[in-house]
Amino acid sequence: MIFDDYEKPSWLMMNLRAVLGRAYPRVIGVNREPSWLFFETFLPLLTVAAYVYLYKALDAPSQYIGYVIVGGAMTAYWMNVLWHMAAQIFWEKEIGNLELYMIAPISRMAILGGMALGGMFTCTVRAVSTILVGVLLFNVTLSLPNPLMFIGIFIFTMIALYGMGMMFASLYMLWGRQAVHMSNLMTEPIYLVSGFWFPIKAFQADGILGASKGFWLGAAASLVPITLGLDGMRQCLFPGTNDGFLPLWVELIALMILSVIFMILAKLTLDYMEKLGKQEGRLTLRWQ
Amino acid sequence: MAIKESIQSNFQTMKWSAWLGWQMESNWTNPFKFLVYTIARPIASSLILVVMYLIITGGITYTDQFHYIYVSNAFFMYVFWVLFGITWVIHDDREHFQTMKYIYISPSNYFSYMIGRSISKIIITTFSIFITLGFGVLFLDIPLSLTAVNWPLFLLVMVIGLLSLISFGLALAGVSFLTAKHSGGVNESIAGIFYLFCGVVFPVHILPVWAVVFSKILPITYWLELVRRSLNLGVGVDTALAGTSTETSLIILCVSTIIFTIIAFSIFFLGDHLARKKGLIDMTTAY
Repeated sequence: MIFDDYEKPSWLMMNLRAVLGRAYPRVIGVNREPSWLFFETFLPLLTVAAYVYLYKALDAPSQYIGYVIVGGAMTAYWMNVLWHMAAQIFWEKEIGNLELYMIAPISRMAILGGMALGGMFTCTVRAVSTILVGVLLFNVTLSLPNPLMFIGIFIFTMIALYGMGMMFASLYMLWGRQAVHMSNLMTEPIYLVSGFWFPIKAFQADGILGASKGFWLGAAASLVPITLGLDGMRQCLFPGTNDGFLPLWVELIALMILSVIFMILAKLTLDYMEKLGKQEGRLTLRWQ
Repeated sequence: MAIKESIQSNFQTMKWSAWLGWQMESNWTNPFKFLVYTIARPIASSLILVVMYLIITGGITYTDQFHYIYVSNAFFMYVFWVLFGITWVIHDDREHFQTMKYIYISPSNYFSYMIGRSISKIIITTFSIFITLGFGVLFLDIPLSLTAVNWPLFLLVMVIGLLSLISFGLALAGVSFLTAKHSGGVNESIAGIFYLFCGVVFPVHILPVWAVVFSKILPITYWLELVRRSLNLGVGVDTALAGTSTETSLIILCVSTIIFTIIAFSIFFLGDHLARKKGLIDMTTAY
């Protein structure tokens, strides 16, 4: 019998294979459809360029052009989390893959982890391209006196952000068209409160919300990991500009804590929503 | 008699497809959540620009430049949502809901169906723009006075501008008949080009010379300028367009809209013909 010869891999090996297997189509997709690389680099540049010209029209200090470029690059990750992590489960359900994931002898976290890894790869290609083209096009000077801090901020931003994406994915599991609209709803409002196009310390200015209200809005927005990640990266890349929300080390520790919290929440919500989905028979419901 | 029946039939198709579009946009949740959703996005989108403006100017909102940015950005919602919405109908009907072939084999005219779906997009976007402008008037000192509005010009400009946008949308829909993986990218690119070159969040004269020339051949540039002039907000901020009279801008908008409408309809019907010829009407790519 063929099954007698089959040596069952360990639990860890099966899940590692699942991670790689789910990451593979995302990574290879960039090579299979090179036009996407063009669109993913070109599209954010159009918005970035528009905001750069807005700041130029307002005679803004030069670092604001750099802030826009970094913010524009980081939109790739937020859009990826919304559409290719959270809403992805909805699409998987629509095209019939979700039930295959459910019956496979692997952890659902491995599937989501694979999506996250593949997504991070494609987004990093896009973000680096956006920064490179933006810096060259608008003659922005970046400096990195503390590369270790930058790397630390970036890595923990990614872990926390994709942990949040995994949590959203489980919440989206039972939704129909709400998934698309929720992702839409979390685009511009999060761009606003997370300071994608300006430093969030701006909320504390007198002409906007004032010191106290502005601080608390920034603190609330920091629950979205990309808020502190963006602020930290800007502080690292534009040192001495005094536009940072919190000291860098505080932001790093906060991101570490958020990473742990979101990973735990992702696991808990995934288990709960899967159970609920099975009870209510909604895991295979399509075209809602 | 046959013509009258045809008009009635097309009108019915438009009416019910507009209703279908409205249902698809709104019945995914309860009315309260839908209201929040409809308000939150445009307000947040405008507030991004408001904060960007305020941190540089130190909190001053009573300048023509601020009014220029706020009004242009509000009306640009039509460009994004109508353009993107019309094109996405093809993708959604064909790939997602897989209903396109059923509409084709029904007595309905697919072109009329698309116009109806566009109307529902326009109605929802109009509501968002109304909310955005109201927010600006109430909280940001936007001096929009109903008595100062040049209503005949405004209504004329809106009709021509929306016709132009529907045409752009139909042209892209024609392309979407034949593609699957590029619909989103192409739509967003076109909307992004308009956002950058049509004087939405900054005056066109800030752009390099070659870009100013390019922006002056885009009808959306004139449409937004005429909207600002008719509302009497942000007028004269853009020195690149200040030398063009309202009459000249209107003529350019009309002529470019007529030309583009003819081209757009041709692209739509060509795409429709080729899609049927190549058997792409029921194409599913799981994308």
